[in-house]
Amino acid sequence: MRHSTKLGSVALAGALALALASCAGGGGGAGDGETAEPETGLELRMLIGSSGDAETQAVQAAADAWGEETGNTVQVVAASDLNQELAQGFAGDQAPDVFYMGWDQFQTYANDGFLEPYAGDLPNAGDFYPALVDTFSFDGEFVCAPKDFSTLGLVINTQLWEAAGLTDDDVPTTWEELQTVAETLTEGDVVGLSMGAEYARVGTFMQQAGGGLMDGETVTANSPENLEALEYVQGLLSSGALQWPADLGAGWGGEAFGNQRAAMVIEGPWINGALENDFPDVEFQVAELPAGPAGQGTFTFSNCWGIPEGQDTAETAQSLVEFLTSDEQQLAFSDAFGVIPSTQSAAATYAETYPENEAFVAGADYAESPVAFAGAADVVTEFNNAITTLDGADAQAVLDQLQTQLEAAYEASQG
Amino acid sequence: MTTTSNAPAPRTRRRGGRGPAGNRGEAVAGWLFTLPALLIIGVFLIAPIALALWVSFTDWNGRNSPLFNDRVDVVGLDNYAAITTEDSLLRELFGRSIRNNVYYVLLVVPLQTALALFLAVQVNRRLLRAKGFFRTAFYFPSVTSSIAITGVFLFLFSATGVVNRILAFFSVQGPNWFADPRGLVHIALGAVGVGGAPAGWDAPGFLGVSAWQWIAGPSVAQSVLIMLAIFTTSGTFMLLFLAGLQNIGAEVGEAAVMDGAGPVRTFFSVTLPMLKPTLFTVLTLGLIGTWQVFDQVYLTRGTPAAPTLTSPAYLAYNQAFEGNEPGIAAAIAFILFLIIIAMTLIQRFALADRDPSGFGRDRRNRRAVDGGRGDGGMAQGAARVQAGPQSGTGGGLT
Repeated sequence: MRHSTKLGSVALAGALALALASCAGGGGGAGDGETAEPETGLELRMLIGSSGDAETQAVQAAADAWGEETGNTVQVVAASDLNQELAQGFAGDQAPDVFYMGWDQFQTYANDGFLEPYAGDLPNAGDFYPALVDTFSFDGEFVCAPKDFSTLGLVINTQLWEAAGLTDDDVPTTWEELQTVAETLTEGDVVGLSMGAEYARVGTFMQQAGGGLMDGETVTANSPENLEALEYVQGLLSSGALQWPADLGAGWGGEAFGNQRAAMVIEGPWINGALENDFPDVEFQVAELPAGPAGQGTFTFSNCWGIPEGQDTAETAQSLVEFLTSDEQQLAFSDAFGVIPSTQSAAATYAETYPENEAFVAGADYAESPVAFAGAADVVTEFNNAITTLDGADAQAVLDQLQTQLEAAYEASQG
Repeated sequence: MTTTSNAPAPRTRRRGGRGPAGNRGEAVAGWLFTLPALLIIGVFLIAPIALALWVSFTDWNGRNSPLFNDRVDVVGLDNYAAITTEDSLLRELFGRSIRNNVYYVLLVVPLQTALALFLAVQVNRRLLRAKGFFRTAFYFPSVTSSIAITGVFLFLFSATGVVNRILAFFSVQGPNWFADPRGLVHIALGAVGVGGAPAGWDAPGFLGVSAWQWIAGPSVAQSVLIMLAIFTTSGTFMLLFLAGLQNIGAEVGEAAVMDGAGPVRTFFSVTLPMLKPTLFTVLTLGLIGTWQVFDQVYLTRGTPAAPTLTSPAYLAYNQAFEGNEPGIAAAIAFILFLIIIAMTLIQRFALADRDPSGFGRDRRNRRAVDGGRGDGGMAQGAARVQAGPQSGTGGGLT
């Protein structure tokens, strides 16, 4: 009797656990139903990685405007850790209906089949910058619509520039000129040039030298062009004209620039907001990155509007994205929080409205996206570590190691 | 059952009533009372652990449920192989995180235990004035969020931070703490003329990390985190030691003095052995806490010396949420679990073997004596804690 009771209790507990488990498994509707028309009366959830209140409010306002037009409601949630909250949403079958998808995570998500490839069907699909379409294409298919973009430019402190006796004609357009002005500007506590010790900055020199980590399907990390680029950077480092932000007591390039420890930094348009908030007294101008032996080169960074694969709300979400990526709406976002529109026509208008950011827009013509296929992140982090100690290191060995690791990672991502 | 209930004598019946039937009722009631706890433990502890174990054997990509999902394949031990035997970058990252964490544990656990014991003995002295102030002050870092303290440390130890300013005042040029990936052992070796790896020490070794890197010691950046950990956790463990110290009656100390023992001898031969149960608790909690270090690592990711700060716990987070590899992450978590279990067992074994009091030579006997003494001590302690506030004689924690 006692035994059977015990068994009964155990069975009861087990049944309860099972019931709970099946609740967890069965909840959440995996979308099977196809809807042809955008519906009304839906409540969409949008997860964004916001740069601040200005961005959150602008996005909410835009979403509300769309909702009023179509009879839906959109709840905008600003994530504190976008990647983590997205992963959690997908694992729990509760993915947001629309979300920011970063360029660095895009390939990983597309590779795992998380994303609805809708962008090719958008009426304005042809208006986006080709480099951005490239960034957000997987297996040749344009997956999600770029939200906006940033490129890297050479940000110059005009006060220090003039104090060193330099004029507008001296703005560097070649590697030699960059070296010269950087050395001229290096004096006392101030170094001529600084930038984050990472592939996302140093990689632009590889591009300017005609190299790059990938050429189509081939890993080309240890090419002679890349070696030339790294050796040029090493030359800047050993002459003292280039120092990493950490050596200047700063967390990133913009901080070193704001503290007037670096006269020039390679950064993107986000530096505008940062300087305005933290260092309003610093005067600066932005130039395009100087050309290397193989011409100009810069990186483009972007988010796209991701829509989870196979959800009932996909059609409706797509109509929301169409609204958000219209030229008019993108320019409204530019006004609110300073991003550059992702369509060529809107970006041209933007460059006219904000001539001080013209150089960032101009970079879009030749910009490339950093290498970011699924599994590349670990390798890129390794490379970043090597860049930190690049001064005096064996550049060829660094690139050879990168080549081996990147090849292995690429092979794994294809298999 | 029928026979007992039909028994004529009331005495017998009463006894029978408390027999099997009563037991059954008690059993049901017992299960009912424990059911909420069992359910909570089952749903929030056992089920997640079982699920994580399952995930560590699959190639689940983080989408939908890992159970009853056609897209999830069982890959056996592949995830474990990827971080232990396969020649890959991932294995090296894992090896490096183990290396970092080993040095962290080796330095933090003994130092924080020693400091906590030292502080506890100091604030337990009868003649100390402002006891309450010191106890609060030493305990304060423990109640502050580790994220906040790490944030403050990042500022204190920046290249031009307060610490380096103070060092500069004494004409010492401080290192760029959080940007310095050099290992302390490497620096020491460099000072005596061994600048690079000796021949053969540079080849990838255990877990893909070269022997030269295994002996690197904690990096300068890591040593800041070590200081931080000692600073924040010593207060908590001081509290445990303080409770242990107050269980030792004053008469024991008096007896030691009568026997002619000085303060140092009393501490090492009388106080410390009597604190052994507390010491075991502190060391175990310290080991577990240091092997699971995450907050500080998470907050310092992206700093130039970040690769010398990673821990397996952080790597698991990184693989799960940045790399979309929950299987790898779960495998790392289980290897970490095994490491912690192994360390705790080793530590238990070591502490049990070095019993200086010499009660019997037979281990089983000794353990029985230890156990008895330990229980007695606990019971006594509990009684004291209960009696403490009412009787008003010294021994309360305030």
